[in-house]
Amino acid sequence: MNEMSPTKSERAAALKGLGTSRKRVEDSRFTQGKGNYIDDIKMPGMLFGDFVRSPYAHARVKSINAERALEMPGVIAVLTAADLEPLSLHWMPTLAGDKQMVLADGKVLFQGQEVAFVVAEDRYIAADAIELVEVDYEELPVLIDPMKAEEDGAPILREDIADQKTGAHGARRHPNHIFTWEQGEKEATEAVLSGADVVAEETVYYHRTHPCPLETCGCVASMDKVNGKLTLYGTFQAPHVVRTVASLLSGIAEHNIRVISPDIGGGFGNKVGVYPGYVCSIVASIVTGVPVKWVEDRMDNLMATAFARDYWMTGKIAATKEGKITGLWCHTIADHGAFDACADPTKFPAGFMNICTGSYDIPTAYLAVDGIYTNKAPGGVAYRCSFRVTEAAYFIERMIEVLAIKLDMDAGELRKINFIKKDQFPYNSALGWEFDSGDYHTAWDKAMQAVDYDGLRKEQAERVEAFKTGETRKMMGIGLAHFTEIVGAGPMKNCDILGMGMFDSCEIRIHPTGSAIARLGTISQGQGHATTFAQILASEIGISADDITIEEGDTDTAPYGLGTYGSRSTPVAGAATAMAGRKIRAKAQMIAAYLLEVHDNDIEWDVDRFVVKGAEERFKTMKEVAYAAYNQEIPGVEPGLEAVSYYDPPNMTYPFGAYVCVMDIDVDTGEHEIRKFYALDDCGTRINPMIIEGQVHGGLTEALAIAMGQEIAYDDMGTHKTSTLMDFFIPTAWETPHYLTDFTETPSPHHPIGAKGVGESPNVGGVPAFSNAVNDAFRAFGVDHTHTNMPHDHWRIWKTAKDLGMHD
Amino acid sequence: MIPGTFEYYRPSDLSEAIKLLTTHGDDARVMAGGHSLIPMMKLRMADIPHLVDLQDIDALRGIEVDGDAVRIGAMVTQHELIADEALFKAAPIIREAALQIADPQVRYVGTVGGNVANGDPGNDMPGLMQCLDAVFSVHGPDGERDIPAREFYEAAYFTAREDDEVLTAVSFKPQSGGYAYEKQKRKIGDYATAASAVLIAKDGATCSSASIAMTNLSDTPIYSQAASDALIGSDLGPDAVSAAVDAALGEIDPAEDGRGPVEFKKHVAGVILRRAIERAVSRA
Repeated sequence: MNEMSPTKSERAAALKGLGTSRKRVEDSRFTQGKGNYIDDIKMPGMLFGDFVRSPYAHARVKSINAERALEMPGVIAVLTAADLEPLSLHWMPTLAGDKQMVLADGKVLFQGQEVAFVVAEDRYIAADAIELVEVDYEELPVLIDPMKAEEDGAPILREDIADQKTGAHGARRHPNHIFTWEQGEKEATEAVLSGADVVAEETVYYHRTHPCPLETCGCVASMDKVNGKLTLYGTFQAPHVVRTVASLLSGIAEHNIRVISPDIGGGFGNKVGVYPGYVCSIVASIVTGVPVKWVEDRMDNLMATAFARDYWMTGKIAATKEGKITGLWCHTIADHGAFDACADPTKFPAGFMNICTGSYDIPTAYLAVDGIYTNKAPGGVAYRCSFRVTEAAYFIERMIEVLAIKLDMDAGELRKINFIKKDQFPYNSALGWEFDSGDYHTAWDKAMQAVDYDGLRKEQAERVEAFKTGETRKMMGIGLAHFTEIVGAGPMKNCDILGMGMFDSCEIRIHPTGSAIARLGTISQGQGHATTFAQILASEIGISADDITIEEGDTDTAPYGLGTYGSRSTPVAGAATAMAGRKIRAKAQMIAAYLLEVHDNDIEWDVDRFVVKGAEERFKTMKEVAYAAYNQEIPGVEPGLEAVSYYDPPNMTYPFGAYVCVMDIDVDTGEHEIRKFYALDDCGTRINPMIIEGQVHGGLTEALAIAMGQEIAYDDMGTHKTSTLMDFFIPTAWETPHYLTDFTETPSPHHPIGAKGVGESPNVGGVPAFSNAVNDAFRAFGVDHTHTNMPHDHWRIWKTAKDLGMHD
Repeated sequence: MIPGTFEYYRPSDLSEAIKLLTTHGDDARVMAGGHSLIPMMKLRMADIPHLVDLQDIDALRGIEVDGDAVRIGAMVTQHELIADEALFKAAPIIREAALQIADPQVRYVGTVGGNVANGDPGNDMPGLMQCLDAVFSVHGPDGERDIPAREFYEAAYFTAREDDEVLTAVSFKPQSGGYAYEKQKRKIGDYATAASAVLIAKDGATCSSASIAMTNLSDTPIYSQAASDALIGSDLGPDAVSAAVDAALGEIDPAEDGRGPVEFKKHVAGVILRRAIERAVSRA
């Protein structure tokens, strides 16, 4: 071999494939302000829509008078439910099998609900005109507390379905009741509880919050009346699903609808659903024949588009006196707001809440979830987590801590006793999942060593003594969490959304000169797909990631896919990418063999080339093969080098991690300081360690927000109390602690490259770690004190200290 | 978050600004940095048909430190307060307080005049200026007059300034002794849950002067003469500090909001004030 030829490892490095901390190719445009977001789209003659919104949480709409608004120069139209009704678009189906008003049809059910849509020449005129639309409301009693939904005399919210005894998910026992979802074995679990050495009980509230992406939701609808085609630009996490839904709702044939998701400024689940703004913009464009833009402001976003969480989870956990868990029981009241618009796979009305046995080998379990209507905004989306997985992880990680108190055991030791063991994988959980792979003990031990756990507990004990003698007023909390995620929805045998199977896709074209374009059914909202998917492909087909363009989000060009949420892009579309790459390689092998004048079986793949077995100086690179594929007649082989793969995953993937948070708490002011945060993530094969670290930092910061202050709060009248960023907590660099990241690597056995997904793990594991730290700080001050609800803002922490007599 | 229609004016001298206020009466408002007014306009909680932007009036700029007098123009930004070394020598409490206002981006635009004139109980500068016993100069159609900061605030958003007057400057004597501005807030950019401005001077071991003011614990800033009196002449020991704290807490009247209930705010006010006094004493 020529001395100047690059070595195998040099050739591999040049690909910038799997395992490379390749810089994000997206960032040159984002950091220069050259992104192209929905509000950057400006089209000739474009109109702007804005909503008249309800000031009341529950009221009858007696009349709507738009005369004064229509008289205003520049106002084109004012749409109400009466205008949409002839098109049957005044209501629309939700992803959860319910239906939702597009515009108020006789009544309003939450503050901020869309009542009328004003279309004007610009957004200033639209904003002025909505003040001129006169709506006559008759206030009705409001229902805010889901626990009171089924009491005698409770106001009936959904009069449209009050008489329906069966909903999309089975029997309804009350007009304000949506569904009951049961998993596991009720009687067996109750038997375990009644015979157990120890049973710990707690009600854990995971409060209502909101994904609050930096960019709010919006769209531009453009109906071309000449060729009959509708183009819809929007902040869509699932553009292909939007196209199908738009076709089914509007009656426009699917080939005449083109949906484009441009750059998206964060989604976190908020941009999965279909909102009234999209429907009204489409109708307005069809009516006017010109493009119509609708973009939420921050208050619209926080008040009306999809919230997250709002689960009241009551748990009972049974164990032997040695600490071996024998059973878990959970009943959840799920506050869904005015319409059930949760974004979950159709057969899972409470998402994957049945992952709530966590990382533990719990032989018997039972889960029931009751969905309830209240006078609050609809939603219930997976805010930086797979469907309801954060709720499940928070529940079990709090219950473990409560059980540790009951057993008077160290909470870390209790976890170790109960972890599913490495040799138990694939593990079938009591609530019906098959965990693909894991090595929890190794991860846990690594974490405990990294933070010097024993040293921390010693320091904490000293701090408690110092507090008792008056030397300090600051308590120290050690927050532990070991989470197991369930992501990558999902296998078509049990996962669909509105009947559409949750596969995903990748289509690759190799260009004659040996570069490539790959298109996927997903859409990046900041995850860095253009960077990482090129890396997967680089390792599969031996073309440098720098020479591969990744394109997503245009339904006219990209293959059909279910989109990006629930950490599904890498597990599903990433697998499709690898599989499509393998199809490319299979064809390339035939071409290479012909060029090398040997049999197909006599060559083998070597990083970026095919080499003749035993004679590695004889080779053809993928680049050479690509050129030949287009420019040379190869007997028995079609010209060109392209492939497409639609991947239906055989199982979910189960990323996991071990997190430790060390927090100091000022008992006099309720302020906290995070001294240390250690996050070990195991997401299987690591594609780009730098992007993983960025994902972990971002997810932990959102977890910090949720645990320590962020909430959507309503008063007794259903008035929204946190509709601006003055009151809705988004951490800045100042509030964000330093994070120590670490990893183990347990590949998924069923994923083509062993990757599991990581985007949402830090939120799933982070929330219990922060919350457990707060609760742990007070553990020494009351046996009866087992739990306080989030968010742990200053006054709530202060209240705990006060209730424990720490101010006396 | 789109404001209603308004006329925008940008006069280059003060008399022109005052003339606009006289002409348009209730329909006109002056704007300094705009950090309070513009959000209110965007929320359509403030309807200002005639908006008079003061940023081109050079006479409202500049910090003068001259022996025993400090004069700060109304359009001086929080950032300029922090950066000015002469001001820091004359009154270091101003830098300590200004650094706790919002974030750098806000402080590049937010002004001392807007902060004190708006009458928002959440603003930090009003209590600070009461602590410094500052005087506010206001200009109206009938000329200039001075109003002591301790007499300026009447209720939330109501002050001794008339509608056709413009607050032009803040003046005070250089401070001596120890100081502290202590503030608890939920996050960067938030108003105080409780904040205290404290100045303490000592003559030997005895407190020779003290000045205590509190922020966002009533509908106006609270200057507490009783709290100051509890310290003056004392040895600044625990009993005297407790007496001062008790006196100040007797004068506050916080309201429940997203930061917490009244009981919490009262407790935190005491903790913050005690910490401010202790830090000021340590520097005296």
